[in-house]
Amino acid sequence: MSSDTKHLEMTLETQVESVNLAEEMCLRVAEAAGFGEDDCYRIGMSVREGVINAFHYGNEERRDKKIHLAVDLTADKMIIHVLDEGAGFKLSDVPDPLAEENLLSTSGRGIFLMRAFMDEFTVVSGRTGGAEIVMSKKLPAPGSASPNGQGGKSATPQQEV
Amino acid sequence: MSLHATHRDAGQVTVVDLSGRIVLGDGSALLRKTIRGLLEDQRKLILLNLADVDYIDSSGIGELVSGYTAVKNQSGDLKLLHLTKKVRDLLQITKLYTVFDVFTDEGTALRSFV
Repeated sequence: MSSDTKHLEMTLETQVESVNLAEEMCLRVAEAAGFGEDDCYRIGMSVREGVINAFHYGNEERRDKKIHLAVDLTADKMIIHVLDEGAGFKLSDVPDPLAEENLLSTSGRGIFLMRAFMDEFTVVSGRTGGAEIVMSKKLPAPGSASPNGQGGKSATPQQEV
Repeated sequence: MSLHATHRDAGQVTVVDLSGRIVLGDGSALLRKTIRGLLEDQRKLILLNLADVDYIDSSGIGELVSGYTAVKNQSGDLKLLHLTKKVRDLLQITKLYTVFDVFTDEGTALRSFV
């Protein structure tokens, strides 16, 4: 890790409150790093979805398991790691929520949202044996952050309706 | 901000005014309880006013879909009114904007149930 990298990590209980806690912590980091409002929204939502995934699917809502959250702030991007203590999963096994047959599914959109809202997204096997979500967003160029944050992906995703 | 829900009758239609965040936990649970309660009271034409809902996560989306399916299964209808930009964008990227009937005017929305 470069000496310029700021690192922050916390261990969360497997409970609903951890989702809000993780979101709030990462939002503070993102705001301090200069992200605009729209990018903060995307980062906050992605952290929520990552922790929900760990809470529900990874740790199967078992209170004896932990959720490990880490944030690295490098010179050019904010990197977020969410690690659970479950059995892990393959991205290729996750159903496409946009497929016609899945549109009315009541779950399965978290991975899709993280992919849509972050610049980089992947899932690896973590040190616990569980799934580790690694996602990042490029920092806004100095002086470019605006209240509605125009950096990164479009605020209004292009989608046929 | 937690979710608040009140409802009012407009003829056969029940308008549910929601404010706050529909997210994992109490928000999603309240939405579920509200819709299930209306169905138990045989109020099967439901218009969800989301004007003051500025945040929905995947759990909230799941609850909207669950409510929609539950209402449809009882030969009712559930429609959406006054989406904020964030919620509209979310429904668009998840392709649910094409599933729900969405309105920007309450009168037009109420007439659409007839």
